[in-house]
Amino acid sequence: MDGSHANAAAAAAGGGEGTQRTLNPYVTGNSVIAMKYKDGVIMACDTGASYGSTLRYKSVERIKAVGKHSLIGASGEFSDFQEILRYLDELTLSDHMWDDGNSLGPKEIHAYLTRVMYNRRNKFDPLWNSLVLGGVKKGPKGDEKYLGMVNMIGTHFEENHIATGFGNHMAVPILRGEWREDLTFEEAVKLIEKCLLVLLYRDRSSINKFQIAKITTEGSTIYPPYALKTNWGFAAFENPSQGAVGTW
Amino acid sequence: MAGSMEIPAKGGFNFDLCRRNAMLEKNGLKMPGFRKTGTTIVGLVFRDGVVLGADTRATEGPIVADKNCEKIHFMAPNIYCCGAGTAADTEAVTDMVSSQLQLHRYATSRESRVVTALTLLKTHLFNYQGHVSAALVLGGVDVTGPHLHTVYPHGSTDTLPFATMGSGSLAAMSVFESRYKEGLTRGEGIQLVADAICAGIFNDLGSGSNVDVCVITKGKTEYLRTHQEPNPRTYASSKGFSFAKGHTEVLSTKIRQLKLKPEVTEGDAMEEE
Repeated sequence: MDGSHANAAAAAAGGGEGTQRTLNPYVTGNSVIAMKYKDGVIMACDTGASYGSTLRYKSVERIKAVGKHSLIGASGEFSDFQEILRYLDELTLSDHMWDDGNSLGPKEIHAYLTRVMYNRRNKFDPLWNSLVLGGVKKGPKGDEKYLGMVNMIGTHFEENHIATGFGNHMAVPILRGEWREDLTFEEAVKLIEKCLLVLLYRDRSSINKFQIAKITTEGSTIYPPYALKTNWGFAAFENPSQGAVGTW
Repeated sequence: MAGSMEIPAKGGFNFDLCRRNAMLEKNGLKMPGFRKTGTTIVGLVFRDGVVLGADTRATEGPIVADKNCEKIHFMAPNIYCCGAGTAADTEAVTDMVSSQLQLHRYATSRESRVVTALTLLKTHLFNYQGHVSAALVLGGVDVTGPHLHTVYPHGSTDTLPFATMGSGSLAAMSVFESRYKEGLTRGEGIQLVADAICAGIFNDLGSGSNVDVCVITKGKTEYLRTHQEPNPRTYASSKGFSFAKGHTEVLSTKIRQLKLKPEVTEGDAMEEE
């Protein structure tokens, strides 16, 4: 009697024999930083994906274009991001097949992703990602810029600047202090590079190979990866235990 | 009587009450919580010395226990120490080392050195294996120059050009990492420290209220308590509220004499003197 109850309970908890639940993320991507600027939305992240504490993949593209009007960036489990891209492919394809002259804008794609993430969370089988969705689309008030984020439990919001993962702690204070509505592209790149550099110094899983992407009414551009210049030349780093023996 | 003698304590830890505490906890006793400082503390080295900064909020879980506490502690006239972690621990350990430094100054007739304070702190904290939950930013200027150190609860130390500790350390460190350079002037140093503390105050829930700053240079220390007040307490107008006639609509009026005037029906009214 007790044995069968325990088995039934275990089967219910494990979700039956065939189903799998995402319990831990394995190959994870780092923070994504994004902000609105004068002509559209700019998004940046590094190109690394870690396997636990190993830096397994060093040339991974974590920002992709979606349709004509949006960019999606993801941190967290990389295989779940690839699955989400497949869902978005199906979505944009069926939207294209309507052939009605209308195309899905960033707001619609964000709403779709929110539903997907929240419903997966309710089934205790989440897609282990924090997604950043940005884009520009012509609306009733002209070109409307949109930037929002969804995370693995379905929390979603819209903001002028977004950072996921460790960027929440280190990039958001900088963005909150220095973001302005009318940044030019060069200024926006400088601000985002400031945040990326801080993350490079202080996030252990970050690497010095970044990709910037932007989306405007003309379309999306994902730039080739490049490295930032770091500065390690502080006098105190040269011989730290000189004045104090036993210190680092 | 002759046989029973008190065996003197052997020194070190006395674990007599540990079994009793474990038994009480097993029987459902809820141990009292610790008041933490949930903090942002920072320090940096500038051209002529060091600048230390701290917020002023002390938390007890989700509640703000003290809106305006002092986290920059005096160690010596030329050495100050910011403390994060358990408030009692930071207070006690800095007080203790401050007294030891003063006795040492009397014994040596010399100005205290920052490494002395550092060594006393780290040996004490290491001996207690991290149970004294004090994370400190120690800064000062002595004969060998300006020094800035961080001390962790387990007793390890770092020597740094700029440092942040506490729950708001990430927000403050993002400000330092993006804007610190060597050879800052006094004004730039104070501004950078204040900005870093403000980043902690506004982006970290464990930090808040005001910014305290301490500037230490050769021969002079300035303790700027409440250097910035970015969250002022606003009170209602000191003149109070003014209710002019006509503010309230009068629906009906009924006048009743409180002091009854007696009506004289017979005889003379009383003579008024």
